[in-house]
Amino acid sequence: MTDVRDRQKKIRNFSIIAHIDHGKSTLADRILEYTGALSSREMQAQVLDQMDLERERGITIKLQAVRLTYRADDGEEYLLNLIDTPGHVDFTYEVSRSMAACEGALLVVDAAQGIEAQTLANVYLALDNNLEVLPVINKIDLPSAEPERVKQEIEDVIGLDASEAVHASAKAGIGIKEILEQVVTKIPPPNGDPDQPLKALIFDSHYDAYKGVIVYVRVVDGSIRAGKKIRFMATGAEFEVIEVGAFKPRMTIVDELSVGDVGFVVAGIKNVKDTRVGDTVTDAKRPAPEPLPGYRRINPMVYCGLYPIETQDYNDLREALEKLELNDASLRYEPESSTALGFGFRCGFLGLLHMEIIQERIEREFNIPLITTAPSVIYKVTLTNGEQHDIDNPSNYPESGRLDYVEEPYVKASIIVPNDYVGTIMELCQGKRGEFLNMEYLDTNRVTLSYDMPLSEIVYDFFDQLKSRTKGYASFDYELSGYRKSNLVKMDIMLNGEQVDALSVIVHRDRAYQRGRIICEKMKELIPRQMFEVPVQASIGTKVIARETVKAMRKNVLAKCYGGDISRKRKLLEKQKEGKKRMKQVGSVEVPQEAFMAVLKIDED
Amino acid sequence: MNPLQASPKALYIHIPFCTNKCHYCDFTSYVLKGQPVDQYLDALEEEMKRTVAALPPQRIETVFVGGGTPTVLTPPQMERFLKSVFAHFPIAADAEFTMEANPGTTDIDKLQAMKAGGVNRISFGVQSFDNGLLERIGRIHNVDDVYRSLENARAVGFDNLSIDLMFGLPKQTLAQLADSVERAMALGLPHYSLYSLKVEENTLFHKLYERNELPLPAEEEEYEMFLLLMKKLKENGYRHYEISNFAKPGYESRHNSVYWRNEPYYGLGAGAHGYAKRERHVNLKGIQPYIEANKERLPRLEVYDIPESEAMEDFMMVGLRLLDGVRASRFEEQFPGRKLEDVFGPVIEKQLRDGLLERLERDGDFVYRLTERGVLLGNEVFGAFITAAV
Repeated sequence: MTDVRDRQKKIRNFSIIAHIDHGKSTLADRILEYTGALSSREMQAQVLDQMDLERERGITIKLQAVRLTYRADDGEEYLLNLIDTPGHVDFTYEVSRSMAACEGALLVVDAAQGIEAQTLANVYLALDNNLEVLPVINKIDLPSAEPERVKQEIEDVIGLDASEAVHASAKAGIGIKEILEQVVTKIPPPNGDPDQPLKALIFDSHYDAYKGVIVYVRVVDGSIRAGKKIRFMATGAEFEVIEVGAFKPRMTIVDELSVGDVGFVVAGIKNVKDTRVGDTVTDAKRPAPEPLPGYRRINPMVYCGLYPIETQDYNDLREALEKLELNDASLRYEPESSTALGFGFRCGFLGLLHMEIIQERIEREFNIPLITTAPSVIYKVTLTNGEQHDIDNPSNYPESGRLDYVEEPYVKASIIVPNDYVGTIMELCQGKRGEFLNMEYLDTNRVTLSYDMPLSEIVYDFFDQLKSRTKGYASFDYELSGYRKSNLVKMDIMLNGEQVDALSVIVHRDRAYQRGRIICEKMKELIPRQMFEVPVQASIGTKVIARETVKAMRKNVLAKCYGGDISRKRKLLEKQKEGKKRMKQVGSVEVPQEAFMAVLKIDED
Repeated sequence: MNPLQASPKALYIHIPFCTNKCHYCDFTSYVLKGQPVDQYLDALEEEMKRTVAALPPQRIETVFVGGGTPTVLTPPQMERFLKSVFAHFPIAADAEFTMEANPGTTDIDKLQAMKAGGVNRISFGVQSFDNGLLERIGRIHNVDDVYRSLENARAVGFDNLSIDLMFGLPKQTLAQLADSVERAMALGLPHYSLYSLKVEENTLFHKLYERNELPLPAEEEEYEMFLLLMKKLKENGYRHYEISNFAKPGYESRHNSVYWRNEPYYGLGAGAHGYAKRERHVNLKGIQPYIEANKERLPRLEVYDIPESEAMEDFMMVGLRLLDGVRASRFEEQFPGRKLEDVFGPVIEKQLRDGLLERLERDGDFVYRLTERGVLLGNEVFGAFITAAV
C-alpha cells in the first residue's frame, strides 16, 4: 500500500484554461512534446495513426486526457495528467466536472489581448473547485505583447498573484520547462484514500462501436481494475469492468487505476445515458456511503424542431439522432409533428452552439437535408385552472383566454468590451430587455458589463449583433439566473392564408408589431416567387399585425437551343429542380430552408 | 423507321471565329486575328469524311452553319468551305441552308460567294437597333451596318432572311425595345428570333453580374418586354411558333425544328454538338486540339449514350418549346412501346391543373402544348419533366 501512497504523491492533475486563439492546443502539444509523450515528428505520425485506427476499428479517439511522465529538477519522476476541457459556454457543466477531476489549472492569457469573458468564467469555475491556478502569459514574443499589463489585469480582475507567472510562447517553445516545474511544485498531489471504497468521478465518455461506452474517470478514493463490479451512483446502473487504462496519449490498458489516477473504464456499457458526466463510480459490493459532490442532471436550455425536407428521410433522421445520442448524453429528442412540416423531432440542446453542431453533423455526416425551426427557450406557463406546463414549442402555447401568467428564463450575461463600445453594447442590451446590473473596469481600456436578460433575447440574434457592433472585440458569457414573469404573446405567421405552425414564435408584447413587420419583410425576401401571389401575414390571435406580398412569378423561360446544345439546357433545368428540392412544400407554397430560421437572422436597425 | 435510329437529316457546322467576343457570349469562338482558318477548314473536311464514313447520311434536308461568325471567312474560304459541304453530304435540292451572319462582315462579294455556294437563308445577329446598346453588349456593328447588310443580301438575291433581336439587356428600356421592334417590323422579313439575355458563366457579363454591376431589367420589366414583342409580331402577321421564334407561314426554321422535335443531327466543327442513334457528342473546343485530332480521328471531347428516360425527358423539354406542342403519337414513334401518359402522367396532370399546359384532341391523337401563361413560364414546365420519367 505504501507504493500506492508514494505513487499518489507524484501525481499532478491539471487542465488548461484559455480563451479561443490564446494558444491552448499549441501549449498542450508543446507539453506533450517536451515530456517525450510524442516527438515533434510523432505529433504528425500520431494524427495519422489515429486516423488509421479510426478507419480500421471505426472508433474515435478524443485527446481528452493524457498521461505524461516528467522528470523534474528535483530528480523525481512525476505522473502528469493533462485534462482537456471544452471551451464554450454551452458546455459549462462539463467544464466544471473536468476541473473537479484536477487539482490545478494553467491559466493561459494572450500577452497582447488580456483576459476575455470566457476565460474569466472558467477561472471562476476553477477557483470554485479549489484548483491551484497558475497564470501563464503566452505569446510574449509578439511585438504587441504587454506581459506586465496583462499580469496586472490578472491580479486586479481575478485577484490572483501573477508575480510568478511564466512568460511563455507555446509557438516558439519558450517557457515550457518552467511551466512543468510550476505544475510539479505548486499544484498539490491528489488527496484521497486508497483503502476507502471506490469513488471515481466521470468527467466524459464516448461511444466505441466495439467496446461500448468508454468512460473517462478520475479516481478519488479506492481503486478500480478489471473484473470489479461497479455501480454508477446517480443512475444505479451496475456493470462488470472489462478493462481499465490510461491515455498515453494512445489508449493503453493498465492493471489498475488508483487514487489520483485519470484514465478510462470499459465495462460493456451500451448507452452513454448510463454514464452521466459528474456521476460517481463506486464498488457495487462495497459502495461508498456518499457520492462525490456536484452532480447535476443537465437539462437542455434551447429547443428546436428538426424536420427532414424529404418526408422519406424521417427514419434516417431518427437513426442519425440515435447515433449522435450515443456520444452525446445531453442531446434530447422526441418525435413531434407539424401541420406544415410533417413528421420530425423536437430536440433539446445545451445552447445555440450545441444546436448548430448537431444540425451540421446531421446534414454533413448523414446527408439529410433539414429544416430547422427557430429555437425556443422553455417557458413556464400557468393556466387559469392552476395547471402548470413547460412549453418548449411555440405551437403548444396556450390561447390567451386559458393563460393566467407565463414565466421565461433569464440569464446573467457578462460582456467584456473595449471602452469605446460600452455605449453601443448598453444600447443593445437594453434593446434586448436587459436590466443593467454592473459595470467594472478591468483596466483603463476594458470594461465588464453585467446584465440580467431574457434567454430568448440571447437566442434571438444577440451574438451576431454583439459581433458586428464591436467588430468582434467583445467577449461574452452567460449563466441561467432563474425564471421571471413576462408579458409574452404568441405570434403566428400565415402564408397564402394558411397558418404555418413551424413559424410561430413567442415574443414580448411590446415588440410584437416591430418583429412581425421584420419577419414578414424577411419572408418576402426569402420566399421565391411562386406561380401565384403569396400574402405573408403575422398575427396575434386573430389580429393581423403585419403583411407583405410575394409577387407571382411572371416570366421564366429560356432563350434558344444554341447549335443543338441540349445538355446545357438540361443542366440549367436540373439546377432549377435541385433548387426546388431544398425547399419545403408548405400547403401550396414552396418555402426555402432558411425561411424557417429567418425569425432569428434579423437586423432590426 | 424510328426517327431516333435513322441517319440524321440535319447538319450543323460550327465556324468558331469572330472578329471579337461579345460580352454575353460563352460559345466556342475565338478572335479571328492570327487563327489558322485554312487549316481549320482542312480539319473540318477531315471530320466530314470520317463522319459520313461512320454514319452514312441518306439525304440532308437542312444545313445550319453557325458560330462564332461564319461570315468572317473570306470569299475564297467561303467558296471552298461550301464546296466541301456539298462534296461530302448529299444535300437535297430543296434543302434549307442557313448561315449565321454578322452585320458588318457581309459585303457583296461574300454574299455572292454564299449564294453561289448554296446558302439560301441568312440569320443576322442584329440584336438591337440602338447604337448605345449595341456598344454596351460588345457588338462591333452599328445600325447602319444592319441596313446595309440586309440591302446587300437582298441585292444578291436572298429573300429568306431572319434577324435576331435581344431583350432584357442591361439598362434596356421598354421604349428602346419598342423602337427596335418597330424598325425590325419595317424591314418586313419573313422570320424573327427574339431572345432574352441569359447571363452565362465565363462571360464578361457574368463577372459584372457577380460584382453587382450589371443593371439588368427587373423580372416585371422583362415580362412587359416579352408581352410587347409577342403583341407586335402578332399584329404584323407573324406566327409565334417557338418560344423565341416568329415567322410568316412557311418560313419557320426547318433546321431548328429538328432540335425541337428531338430528332438526330450531325454536328461538326470545334465545340459542336451532335445527336444520332441516341448518342450525343461534343467536339473538342480549342482550335489547335481540334485540328490535331482530325489528322487521325473524329475530334470528340465527349461522347455519351442517352438513356431512354433522359431521351424521353428531352423530347418533352425541347418539344414543348414549339407552340404547336408535342403529339403523343410522335412520342410513341420515337419510343416504341412507351406511352406519353404512362411515362409522365403525374407531371402532365399537375401542369394541366396549374394552367401551364393544355391538352387537345386531334384525329384521335393527344396534343400537349403550352398555354399563354405556360409560354411565359416555360422553364417551370420543362423543369418539371427533368428526372421525372418513369
